[in-house]
Amino acid sequence: MAKTTAHGDNYINFEKGLWSWLTTVDHKRIGLMYFIMVMFFFFVGGVMALLLRLELFAPNAAPNVGQILANGDIYNQVMTYHGAIMVFMVIVPGIPAILGNFFLPLHIGAKDVAFPKINLLSWYCFMAGAILAIATFFTTKIDTGWTFYTPYSIRTGTATAMMVLAAFIMGMSSILTGLNFIVTVHKLRAPGMTMHRMPLFVWSLYATAILQMLATPVLGITLLLLAVERFLGIGIFDPKLGGDPVLFQHFFWFYSHPAVYIMVIPAMGIISELITTFSKKVIFGYTAIAYSSLGIAAVSFFVWGHHMFVSGQSGTAGIVFSFLTMLVGVPTAIKMFNWVATFYKGSVEFRSPMLYALGFMFLFAIGGVTGIMLAVLPIDVHFHDTYFVVAHFHYVMVGGTLMALMGGYYYWFPKMFGKMYSEAGARISFVFIFIGFNVTFFPQFVLGAMGMPRRYFDYIPAYETLNKISTVGSWLILIGFLVGLYTIVQGLLKGEKAPMNPWGSKTLEWQTSSPPPHDNFSVEPVVTAGPYEYR
Amino acid sequence: MMWFNIAKAQSFMPTQGTEIAKQVDNLYGFLLVTSFIACVLVIGGMIYFVWKYRRKTPNDKTAYISHNTALEFLWSFIPLVIFLAVFGWGWYIYHQMRAMPKNALEINVLGKQWAWEVEYKNGYKAVNEIVVPIDQDVKILLTSSDVIHSFFVPSFRIKQDAVPGRYTALWFRADKLGDFHLFCTEYCGTSHSAMIGKVKVVSREEFDKYMEQGQEERNLPLGEKGKKLFAVKACASCHAVDSPARMVGPSLFQKFGHEEEMDDGTKIVFDENYIRESILEPNKHIVKGFPKGVMPTFQGQLNENELSALVEYIKNLK
Repeated sequence: MAKTTAHGDNYINFEKGLWSWLTTVDHKRIGLMYFIMVMFFFFVGGVMALLLRLELFAPNAAPNVGQILANGDIYNQVMTYHGAIMVFMVIVPGIPAILGNFFLPLHIGAKDVAFPKINLLSWYCFMAGAILAIATFFTTKIDTGWTFYTPYSIRTGTATAMMVLAAFIMGMSSILTGLNFIVTVHKLRAPGMTMHRMPLFVWSLYATAILQMLATPVLGITLLLLAVERFLGIGIFDPKLGGDPVLFQHFFWFYSHPAVYIMVIPAMGIISELITTFSKKVIFGYTAIAYSSLGIAAVSFFVWGHHMFVSGQSGTAGIVFSFLTMLVGVPTAIKMFNWVATFYKGSVEFRSPMLYALGFMFLFAIGGVTGIMLAVLPIDVHFHDTYFVVAHFHYVMVGGTLMALMGGYYYWFPKMFGKMYSEAGARISFVFIFIGFNVTFFPQFVLGAMGMPRRYFDYIPAYETLNKISTVGSWLILIGFLVGLYTIVQGLLKGEKAPMNPWGSKTLEWQTSSPPPHDNFSVEPVVTAGPYEYR
Repeated sequence: MMWFNIAKAQSFMPTQGTEIAKQVDNLYGFLLVTSFIACVLVIGGMIYFVWKYRRKTPNDKTAYISHNTALEFLWSFIPLVIFLAVFGWGWYIYHQMRAMPKNALEINVLGKQWAWEVEYKNGYKAVNEIVVPIDQDVKILLTSSDVIHSFFVPSFRIKQDAVPGRYTALWFRADKLGDFHLFCTEYCGTSHSAMIGKVKVVSREEFDKYMEQGQEERNLPLGEKGKKLFAVKACASCHAVDSPARMVGPSLFQKFGHEEEMDDGTKIVFDENYIRESILEPNKHIVKGFPKGVMPTFQGQLNENELSALVEYIKNLK
């Protein structure tokens, strides 16, 4: 692989002043701006989560600790904001918009994405949507849950319309990013960078981008129909006007199921990078992993009905959706096996990013097998809308995506900021998050099996012990993130200067200086081999 | 099949109240055991490999293994077979859950914010309590008067959404006596988590007695009838009757004959006509400090006799 030499200026000090950031078209700076915003929203969504757990520490009737939030309406609002913020403002943009923006061009030896100005526009769309979403908090607030199910969402306060508009605008941002990535991958690869020499993270972003482009417009259409119904009184979802509330669920999940993969496929991409780098070994089954991302993306469009087994949709539809869901499980299992096989005869180093990768695999395995359980019809009839589902998607979204995101941050931190962080701090943070996560969410599987429904402000005494354990776990996660925050801030302020390639990785982004110069590479790289040629 | 029973014992599923519940738990037990084995293989394999091949020197040489077609075929094929097997098994049970039995005892259940209204074929009504005889097919015909609710009895392993504007149905055949929780599992607003009822499984004799009792209740004195209606219409989920406590709506305790301040500043005496108006046109005069548009109208749902019964009951809350 080509070596480049760079001296002096990097992208951070290339231009100065706030204005130079707000008008930048540099993909790295835009990635960093996403980073700051997403971190902020993660903090807000996290505080909401802690409040929910605190409320559920004991049944409302218990003295002192029973009822923390004033009433059910406030609980429902906190629950809604936690979900909406974490999904639309943290997990969906988390990996593609931050690490994808920053590293996709670097990975393929490009100077920038294909449409740098559209890239900046997508950040502004995201911000506009996010500000609108937060603004609803200062009006009548929303309490629909992040799913906006009709007819509840039609009847409750008008702020729902505003939140829906916010999600619509953020959806635009997601579409624009997807468009940019697809064109960039096809048009801007460096000489010699064939499709089959692209790092797997790029493949995963490519599959995600296709989903973003094809699925997100459906969310836009749905939200538009909601607005049409609300403001023009045309009956679409409201039975009072002759509409069908279940139709909304079809529309919603037609977007939101692929969106689950928008959230998780990039995470799988990061894991492939971490595992090869820290095993110093070529990935096992490059082609299988690359194409299984595309396979998951394709099948994910045809499984939406598995969210609706008890909604009143036809039994036949339920059977078909259950069958297709089983098929989507296979490529996911393939990836897990490939990663495990990559360790075989490798040279595994337990640096903090690698700990997150191992944590990911542990939690994702549990998230995966419980996903199969939920796909089995009669099992889902019992588990649907109980805490079992809550536990399952937290294992996939938090245990999966968030672990990968954290691992990715620690992995690319030296490249992004040109500084090293305290390895000890990152490890302590990991231990607290990993243990805390399991303490919080594993008991929720059991609560679900026992029958505790989700979105519950209060519960019967039989569920108390497990809820207590779960709440204690949330405090461990808090400690973990506080240590992580300290580690990152300390690394930024006092960290040692990072070398060009601290991990001995083979992919292109490590062959330029840390942090990279404004144009990424001082000499255009020429690629002569695959991304994981550790020989 | 001891391992199988161990898994069942550890699964924390609620009491099995029906035959279907046993079938569901068998499948769940199988899934738990296979999942556990799969996790041990994947996570155990991972731990074994990363420890065995941990980095010893900075310049470790690693093997160059890019793929292995036979292995990859195997680990795609085996999961596929397992997935399809559990899919088929699930289909078999689901089919029984969805096939409505003929000659079942039919009970209409209406979900509303935030209670379950139960009506038997003979006109007998109850709220949040469904009494059914043991060993009898029961078909529940569900709908909702406002938003979507979901009818969930954990012990029977059954669940079905109650959707406004249409009917959905489910059936069960309870084979254990006792009280079983009925939860709402579709988020429906303020008191979603308090929308709890019970299914009471009784012997055939007790059930017949219960139905007769229901007939007698129709000939009750006016106040008693009002009390019953107050419960059936789930008024109590929003209005306190034995203390001045504020719930979703204002308390009705010791209100009769007193003056109330409205949100537009006017004062209205809490008399028979105000009670009547509040039931039929709840948003016309709202008590100060309470939101408009929360209480649904009962226009057309109550006849004159029922209205009088409610007024009589509320009048006497002392």
